[in-house]
Amino acid sequence: MSTTTLPTTGAQVRLGPGAGVPTVETEGQLRSILASLSGVDAVGAEARAARLATRSIKRATKWAALDLAISMVDLTTLEGADTLGRVSSLCAKARRPDPRDPSIPSVAAVCLYPDLVAHARERLEGSTVKVAAVATAFPSGRASLAVKLADVRDALDAGADEIDMVIDRGAFLSGRLGQVFDEVVAVKSICGDAHLKVILETGELVTLDNVRRASWLAMLGGADFIKTSTGKVGVSATPTVALVMLEAARDFAESTGRLVGVKVAGGIRRSKDALRYLVIVNETAGSAWLTPDLFRFGASSLLNDLLAQRLMQRRGVYVRPDEFSGD
Amino acid sequence: MSERLDVRKTYKLLIDGAFPRSESGRTYEVVDAHGAFVANVARASRKDVRDAVRAARAAQPRWWGASAYNRGQVLYRWAEMADARSHELAEQVAAAEGLSAADARASVGRAVDRLVWYAGWTDKVTQVFGGANPVAGPFFNFSLPVPSGVVAVLAPRDSSLEGFVDVVAAPLCVGNAVIALASATRPLPAVLLGEMSATADVPGGVVNVLTGSLEELAPVLASHEDVDGIDLEGALGATGDLAAVAAASIKRVLRPGHGGAEAPLRRLRAFVETSTVWHTVGQ
Repeated sequence: MSTTTLPTTGAQVRLGPGAGVPTVETEGQLRSILASLSGVDAVGAEARAARLATRSIKRATKWAALDLAISMVDLTTLEGADTLGRVSSLCAKARRPDPRDPSIPSVAAVCLYPDLVAHARERLEGSTVKVAAVATAFPSGRASLAVKLADVRDALDAGADEIDMVIDRGAFLSGRLGQVFDEVVAVKSICGDAHLKVILETGELVTLDNVRRASWLAMLGGADFIKTSTGKVGVSATPTVALVMLEAARDFAESTGRLVGVKVAGGIRRSKDALRYLVIVNETAGSAWLTPDLFRFGASSLLNDLLAQRLMQRRGVYVRPDEFSGD
Repeated sequence: MSERLDVRKTYKLLIDGAFPRSESGRTYEVVDAHGAFVANVARASRKDVRDAVRAARAAQPRWWGASAYNRGQVLYRWAEMADARSHELAEQVAAAEGLSAADARASVGRAVDRLVWYAGWTDKVTQVFGGANPVAGPFFNFSLPVPSGVVAVLAPRDSSLEGFVDVVAAPLCVGNAVIALASATRPLPAVLLGEMSATADVPGGVVNVLTGSLEELAPVLASHEDVDGIDLEGALGATGDLAAVAAASIKRVLRPGHGGAEAPLRRLRAFVETSTVWHTVGQ
């Protein structure tokens, strides 16, 4: 398979309100767009994320937010030890998180390795739950483009609705932005109707400036979602990183008119954390993003905590964690 | 040389092996037996209870998984720590209970001895409470005592140290993790003893000590569905109500007893379940 590489020079691209998504044809254009982004005030971003975490949420809002958060969960299992049985129970839980209470919404999607997609697809027939597959040599992304594309095709053929791809962090950090961009474009081009989530692995990007640039790169490349992390490295989603990515999504929407979603993943285990992220979403990108189409939680144990919190709000007493099935 | 400033101590909670302030940020004033100010103490909230239960639940399997001998050594070390700092404990017991210095020292001595006594029980519980049952077949059948799991204890109001050791060490030595609500008016000896547990290799989360209002916290402990048992020793007039609340989640409830020589044994037995195991007779 041959891949096209962006030429290094070309005309400047206009970026501004109402300009639409710019067509990036050269690496030079990409660089000029990314260079035009202002730097992130890291201290300010930390402080703002911390301040938003202290917002008090009133009871009725909390009830609504818990259900919203459940509907935004990408119920995830990404273990080498995954079995068909485990996927089956995960799918059952995704459809009906607590079988005793049909008023609880289904989760947004299940997130799996590509070889398990067909099985999940079968198990989720007739439900609204999407099947997301991590592809492109997840989690490291260390494979040739040909292998990555084959991985994606495999998942799509098995019926995946969403593809979670990883960017090549090594290439990004060593400045080969064109290569990273090319890969996003190449994957997007074969995705068809499937939604593309681009995992930035922010824990490896070192600076918030890089997070902002990588977010823009992914969105320019056609991402439908930008996602913080694989959950496989030490540092996963943090409120600060989410804030920066949501700002990027908001700015991108303002200048191009295209709404790109954000998915936070890795290390989010408590309802309280989830609600804090929802506050950040609302205060940063705006209420338009408060939908499973534009915001997701990649998580596994979070769902049970949301269910426990929901039940606790209704029963008025703390509930046992084993009140709910494991996945 | 200038005069030293007082190093004032704020007494904190013990949750998961750490010493946090209350999540609520609240404190209350503790006074001695004569009404003089002694210290500010954290006033725990229901969310501190939640955190403590979570920590206890997570810590309990490892505590029970340790050998009985090892649990005994850890409890004995706790007694060593308490003995080494008995001065400090005696001072607080004297202030809290209005005892003379000699009486307070004697009380601390009894408390330390009691801790050693419980340490000795850890590897005897199975022999005494368990047994081999006769069966009509080629099998062994054993009854084994296993811990209830997470146990909440309401420490007695008056006996600030001796009483506290009883209600905490008994469920602990049979393998439970404990969340203790110290006496609201006399919490300091309990808080100190809790601090000593952290230097005695008691794993974080196995012993949690909360201070605050009984009226506020006892119902949360009694109703928490992830608490397997509750000792109502310090419940005062609320025993019946708390037992009723606890019943909703099928807890083991230990009502205040009448003291006496059997009281500690009654406590040891209170938070133990019996597991029956069949085993084939070997060749």
